[in-house]
Amino acid sequence: MLKIKDLKASIDGKEILKGLNLEVKPGEVHAVMGPNGAGKSTLSAVIAGKDTFEVTEGTIEFQGEIINELAPEDRAHKGIFMSFQHPVEIPGVTVTNFIKASVNAKRAAEGKEDLTPGEMLKLIKEKAAMLELDRKFLSRSLNQGFSGGEKKRNEIFQMAVLEPTLAILDETDSGLDIDALRIVANGVNNLKSPNRSAIVITHYQRLLDYIVPDFVHVLFEGRIVKTGGKELAMKLEEKGYDWIKEELKANN
Amino acid sequence: MAKKEEGKVIDELTSSEYKYGFVTEIESDTFAKGLSEDVIKAISAKKEEPEWLLEWRLNAYKAWKTMEEPNWAHVDYPTPDFQDISYYSAPKPKPELESLDEVDPELLDTFSRLGISLDEQKRLSGVAVAVDIVMDSVSVKTTFKDTLAKKGIIFMSISEAIKEHPELVRKHLGSVVPVKDNFYSALNSAVFTDGSFCYIPEGVLCPMELSTYFRINESGTGQFERTLVIADKGARVSYLEGCTAPQRDENQLHAAVVELIALEDAEIKYSTVQNWYPGSKEGKGGVFNFVTKRAVAEKNAKISWTQVETGSAVTWKYPSTVLKGDGAIGEFYSIAVTNNFQQADTGTKMIHLGNNTKSTIISKGISAGKSQNSYRGLVKIAPNAKNARNFSQCDSLLMGDTCGAHTFPYIEAKNSSSHIEHEATTSKISEDQLFYCNQRGIDTEKAVALIVNGFGKEVLNKLPMEFAVEAQKLLEISLEGSVG
Repeated sequence: MLKIKDLKASIDGKEILKGLNLEVKPGEVHAVMGPNGAGKSTLSAVIAGKDTFEVTEGTIEFQGEIINELAPEDRAHKGIFMSFQHPVEIPGVTVTNFIKASVNAKRAAEGKEDLTPGEMLKLIKEKAAMLELDRKFLSRSLNQGFSGGEKKRNEIFQMAVLEPTLAILDETDSGLDIDALRIVANGVNNLKSPNRSAIVITHYQRLLDYIVPDFVHVLFEGRIVKTGGKELAMKLEEKGYDWIKEELKANN
Repeated sequence: MAKKEEGKVIDELTSSEYKYGFVTEIESDTFAKGLSEDVIKAISAKKEEPEWLLEWRLNAYKAWKTMEEPNWAHVDYPTPDFQDISYYSAPKPKPELESLDEVDPELLDTFSRLGISLDEQKRLSGVAVAVDIVMDSVSVKTTFKDTLAKKGIIFMSISEAIKEHPELVRKHLGSVVPVKDNFYSALNSAVFTDGSFCYIPEGVLCPMELSTYFRINESGTGQFERTLVIADKGARVSYLEGCTAPQRDENQLHAAVVELIALEDAEIKYSTVQNWYPGSKEGKGGVFNFVTKRAVAEKNAKISWTQVETGSAVTWKYPSTVLKGDGAIGEFYSIAVTNNFQQADTGTKMIHLGNNTKSTIISKGISAGKSQNSYRGLVKIAPNAKNARNFSQCDSLLMGDTCGAHTFPYIEAKNSSSHIEHEATTSKISEDQLFYCNQRGIDTEKAVALIVNGFGKEVLNKLPMEFAVEAQKLLEISLEGSVG
């Protein structure tokens, strides 16, 4: 599904990703952990195609196609979704209108007609219920005045509506209380299927109690330096990252 | 978005063509250029006007000659050569229409290209809208006149009203905007040729939207229309005007006067979708839109101005309300979009004379390209106006870094019991907003349209429903290719 090879990316001339390799197969959930500044958010932004980052080397292959040069909206149409760590506010555009525009843009790219208002309403209602979002919420301006938890629930709501092939959750757990965390995780788990995958970027092991990963990667200084199962996440939670740094030093 | 990309998107957006720039090949009866007493007499004679009106015009002309073109607005343009304009142009022959069959097919075609139906059977989105069509200097057709007449509503061109209801016209013409109010109102009073007249009798709620569509067609002409709307006690009416003009390299002058009178408990909602030719991308041509619009609201009456301004090379316009009676309400909702080299200086005046009067001003300015967009507004509370309240909100949205947004709020509160609030914001469409939309599959152009419509929502929501969708599309077209 996703193959990242020797990926190097920089912003304003400063290299952040320094030869990153990652392969995600259909149906898998991968967790990416790492200390601040390791390049976690850069990784998600580069996969999504944010052009403030420059890819200097390496390839991103998605479903057999190199997507390095694709515009972010084209990547989205192909099924890549990113849940933002800091979702932006768009005043005057309601949650409903935004998701409508998003759904219909994707359909247009696939050569399909817009959903009828009835179909759209049904879809939105169903997914909103799953995220425990009420009607009032749906008619608020996008992310304006939302609490941290509401913002993240809205991200996962959009994901549930769009049903992406690859979902990247960029620190979706930050700022969530335990109830919101459960709702969000539930939304993600509901989407699980043999042909969908997810990359979960997080600081904390706590989210992984709810969204159980097949693999845990440690991202450090722009590279993936260690890969393991869920137990690796537990160890990181317990011991921090210093032992990884020690190991790296010893190996060098 | 990276700089390079931003430039590309701006280019694309600004490259969209003005849809209404065509010219109708129709024979016209057009006066030679120039302005003099003789020209005014000729206009008056052509329109078979009564003596009092000719006198009124000539007095206005005398006053105008002593006045100077205003230069205080934040706009920069060459002073029009008033002797290089033709002051009367009418599609020939002046149609005396009984049914559609008698309308010149060229005209029918023109208005169908503009999306205006002259056919009373064809209703816009299922809702009946009565339309008065003004092409260059004359009204060519008013629909639904008979239906309205049954309710006692008078809706016709002002030329007809002068003949059929001289007492009403004479009483109210110039009562809200005095002849000498300003340079352009004086000019308009001297040379106005047509416009709409509307009277809603006491207690009548107008059953349909009334609308006037203004079209400039001939080159070298100016359009000086005059609109007068009177809502008698307890009457209610919603009125909409739309405007377009062909694409020309010359600047054309449009100097209108609109007067609204809302008697006790009456309500007038006046909406404008202004889409005069804005000039080329390089700033060549376009309409100079110098308009005086004012309303008087008597006791407990309500005036609501809504405007969507996307056209014209230069706009100078302040739809205002005199809150004369106690408890009167004035509202002003505006979206002004400027792109390329357009300049707009627009806003409102709320003059509080009565007690417990209330006004609301919501102004949304969107500037792109190399345009300049100014809000200018006055809130004035007279010494005797107790407990007057005003709320003003002026938001500006900038696209790119070569345009300008300016806010000039003036507040004169002479009564200490008044309560005035003013809020202003300036924002830009951020790269993060665009990337967020892109990531959700929405391309940059659509994202801009979405964000702009969101920005203007409070105002768009005030438009009659049939026109809200139209206005949204217009915003998108005006900004096509404009952002970063």
